[in-house]
Amino acid sequence: MVGTAIKNREAELNVFRSRIIFATLAILFAFGILAARMIYLQVIKRDQYYTMAEANRISVVPVVPNRGIIYDRNGEVLAANYSAFTLEVTPSKVKQLDKALDELASIVDIQPRDRRRLKRLLEESKNFESLPVRNRLSEEEVARFAVHRYRFPGFEIRARLFRNYPFGLVASHAIGYIGRINDADLKRIEAQGQTTNYKGTDHIGKLGIEGSYEAELHGTTGSEQVEIDAGGRAIRALAKTEPIAGNNLRLTLDIKLQKVAEEVFGEFRGALVAMDPNNGEILAFVSKPGFDPNLFVDGIDPVNWDLLNNSEDKPLNNRALRGQYPPGSTIKPFMALAALENGKRTPEYSIVDPGFWMLPGVSRPFRDWKQGGHGVVNLHKSVVVSCDTYYYGLGNDLGIDKIHAFMTPFGFGSKNGIDIDGELPGIMPSQEWKQKRFKQKWYAGDTISVSIGQGYWLATPLQLATATAILANGGIQVTPHLLKEIVNAKTGEKRAYKPPPQAQMRFKPENLQLVRQAMVDVMKPGGTAALAGAGASYLIAGKTGTAQVIGMKQGEKYDARKIDERHRDHALFVAYAPADNPKIALALLVENGGGGGGTASPMAREIFDYYLLGKLPDPAKRKKRDYDLSDGE
Amino acid sequence: MNFTRIIERAFDVVTRRLDGPLMVVIVVIAAISLTTIYSASGGESFDRMLGQARNFAVAFIAMWIVANIPPQTLMRLVIPIYVAGLVLLIGVALFGEIRNGARRWLNFGFITIQPSEIMKLGMPLILAWLFHRREEGLSWKDYAIAGIVLMIPTGLVMRQPDLGTSILVFSAGFFVIFLVGLSWRILIAAGIGFIAFLPVAWRLMHDYQRERVLTLLDPMKDPLGAGYHIIQSTIAIGSGGIVGKGWLSGSQSQLDFIPERSTDFILAVYGEEFGFVGVLLLLVLYLIVIGRGFMIAMNASTTFSRLVAGAITMSFFTYAFVNIGMVSGILPVVGVPLPLMSYGGTAILSMCVGFGILMSISTHKQLVSS
Repeated sequence: MVGTAIKNREAELNVFRSRIIFATLAILFAFGILAARMIYLQVIKRDQYYTMAEANRISVVPVVPNRGIIYDRNGEVLAANYSAFTLEVTPSKVKQLDKALDELASIVDIQPRDRRRLKRLLEESKNFESLPVRNRLSEEEVARFAVHRYRFPGFEIRARLFRNYPFGLVASHAIGYIGRINDADLKRIEAQGQTTNYKGTDHIGKLGIEGSYEAELHGTTGSEQVEIDAGGRAIRALAKTEPIAGNNLRLTLDIKLQKVAEEVFGEFRGALVAMDPNNGEILAFVSKPGFDPNLFVDGIDPVNWDLLNNSEDKPLNNRALRGQYPPGSTIKPFMALAALENGKRTPEYSIVDPGFWMLPGVSRPFRDWKQGGHGVVNLHKSVVVSCDTYYYGLGNDLGIDKIHAFMTPFGFGSKNGIDIDGELPGIMPSQEWKQKRFKQKWYAGDTISVSIGQGYWLATPLQLATATAILANGGIQVTPHLLKEIVNAKTGEKRAYKPPPQAQMRFKPENLQLVRQAMVDVMKPGGTAALAGAGASYLIAGKTGTAQVIGMKQGEKYDARKIDERHRDHALFVAYAPADNPKIALALLVENGGGGGGTASPMAREIFDYYLLGKLPDPAKRKKRDYDLSDGE
Repeated sequence: MNFTRIIERAFDVVTRRLDGPLMVVIVVIAAISLTTIYSASGGESFDRMLGQARNFAVAFIAMWIVANIPPQTLMRLVIPIYVAGLVLLIGVALFGEIRNGARRWLNFGFITIQPSEIMKLGMPLILAWLFHRREEGLSWKDYAIAGIVLMIPTGLVMRQPDLGTSILVFSAGFFVIFLVGLSWRILIAAGIGFIAFLPVAWRLMHDYQRERVLTLLDPMKDPLGAGYHIIQSTIAIGSGGIVGKGWLSGSQSQLDFIPERSTDFILAVYGEEFGFVGVLLLLVLYLIVIGRGFMIAMNASTTFSRLVAGAITMSFFTYAFVNIGMVSGILPVVGVPLPLMSYGGTAILSMCVGFGILMSISTHKQLVSS
């Protein structure tokens, strides 16, 4: 029994030893596999994995350049940057956004307006983008959030550069605004090959100078190589390419004049363009009502957007560029010059105005604005009293194509080439135009309406200002522009605005002199703007105008008191001063303002007084001014 | 004179039951572990490293106590340990606490334990004891009983579900059966059966387990999801190169790209910072532990001691192999810590209790030999 046990024990030991030896071999083999794997990873493939680790570690972060600052011609800041803290959220990292916002509201002040804006941004943007919840956090709010940060994953405080428009509503249509980059902007950026340069940039110029000079203002994005951790947080900077700040812009606008110009409009809607007639530099550019561009900078909230977009007053419509109105009697000086230059009228030629004019073969009379007419009227008087009858015959004798040919170089019927987007061409009609547009023959009667700036003729306030400037400077076809010069933010190097080649229109000096003198006399007793011209210490050349908003029935008398305010006539006025040495030319339009003589021309006078004499307008005087309810011009 | 003797005696009491070579290697690995954990916790705070040092201290005390328990005494504790483990496992299945979708923990109010850990040692002990009692030759009945004893806890752990631990519990028991001499024919037949069973097992697997297997086959399929761990740890190890990027200088490790970098994936940190040379050193240290374990097993005087020593040693190998294979991307991610390296009190404790048993066997054999 004991022998068997010993035998068994020896057999068992033998089995055990052989199993241990087998296990040892198996383990050596297994460790060999591990060692081979390590050689593969760490020796053979080392370079590849090293590159992958570096790629993991290093991230190139764009460094956004400072956007160029916009100044007026005298160095007043119109658009600048400031740095502020924003509370931002990456929606994909937040499970219940609304709940998180509710909780957040106890730490940081979040207004319904902020929520509405965020909601709008959420709809427009991708989930992984960082979107602003609140801008301009106070130091206290920043500190409070920092303490509670752990409760709000996905929310972050960032220091960002913001755009500020210190003058708010003033000149908003000229300066424009920046807004968050949307899909359409992205496509444009891509088409321009600027995708890399816009990495990290959230905003882009949308309108006005901000939009049209985007390429100058934006600058060149720099880059920074940073070491990041697995969460994407930057740990330290490795290398940096400094960004190049955008160029500063100096505009031709005179913001003080601009303020005066907007002030004199009071509650009226309308537009004004004032320029230096010698070079086309726009001094004031008004479209009323305006809007506050600051609202757009970080995404406008839907309520404010609706207010702006759906208002009957259309504050977003740039009336100076896009408002196409019948120019009315303001074009009479141009018509007079056309007739003189074409030999269709002489200064001496006179008519006896019965108050209406008959087109041969048409039984319906074309009426003058003044019942009973103006008596004996020559060319000079026709401008001074704005005699319609005189121009009915004049236009008929010229014919539409001659009118078209004469007016086109003044800028009517085409874009004037102002350096902001959105300009509309208006209409300078011709036989060819009507055929194309309506597939209709031109009738003689069409010309008669055009002769007094009605009918098919439509012009923008900008066009009227340009044409007036050309008349004032003696025929130089200036290009209206808002940019004076581009200033390199770092070196201070300046690049002046380069106008396209300017053609010179040729007029007989005596013809030009006659028309100009007539415009000067418009401002004098007996003229339609005598009130506005009264007591001026310098000479003004002007012309009033009225544009009908609704057609009058034959024989019906226009009575401003009886019709709806928005159906009242538009008041127009073009002028330049001093007449003997023009420094400023302007065109202004007051929507539903009534007559040009009563409403529009006094506004121009206040602007001239400020620009030429430094005299600020007197608000008390303006309060009394109401819609011009008097007859005619 | 008297004082010197007291010191000598005390030193003798402390070291008498410890195995010198094993102790030296374990301490060296522990030192590597502390160094690596300091780096894995960002190189700025000693907290985690000191925590691991405490884990080692507790485990070494436990090891010393176990080393002083003679194998015969241990044999008497085998059944209570196994039964306790089994009861607790059943308790887990009935009342266990669910964490991360798995029912693995049992909460006693003052302590939360993971009973499957007990089975990692309880299993080889009970099987070795069973075979020890049948010294006069084994019949198929013995194997059948051993099979049942092995499969019940394995099944319970697998159901929790905890695939990694169930494999470790099973393999610990299987090593005993292998070492006791189950015939090659049956082993091969079982191996073939196992392969045939794989498709069935695939269907029984949980989604997350399948996902892990699939991710292993092609980590790039889901680089930010399930494949992230494997990709990042492979990049870390590979980028370390032959000599490594240097302590505290691994970009993958320091910048948080390695998940679980002080626990299951500590080898990625170690491999990145100390390179192939470092990994090779660790493999050699592990081989020394395994070699010493096998020497103890070979020299053991009883069947029980032999089998327990052999099985514990092979288990140690399994831990190391599964973890290194996992972190280097040749085995699925199953959540097995790297022995003596990964941060974690329980794993180090059970590992050191195992070494304590080995040391007990190594130092008590003279007393038993006839």
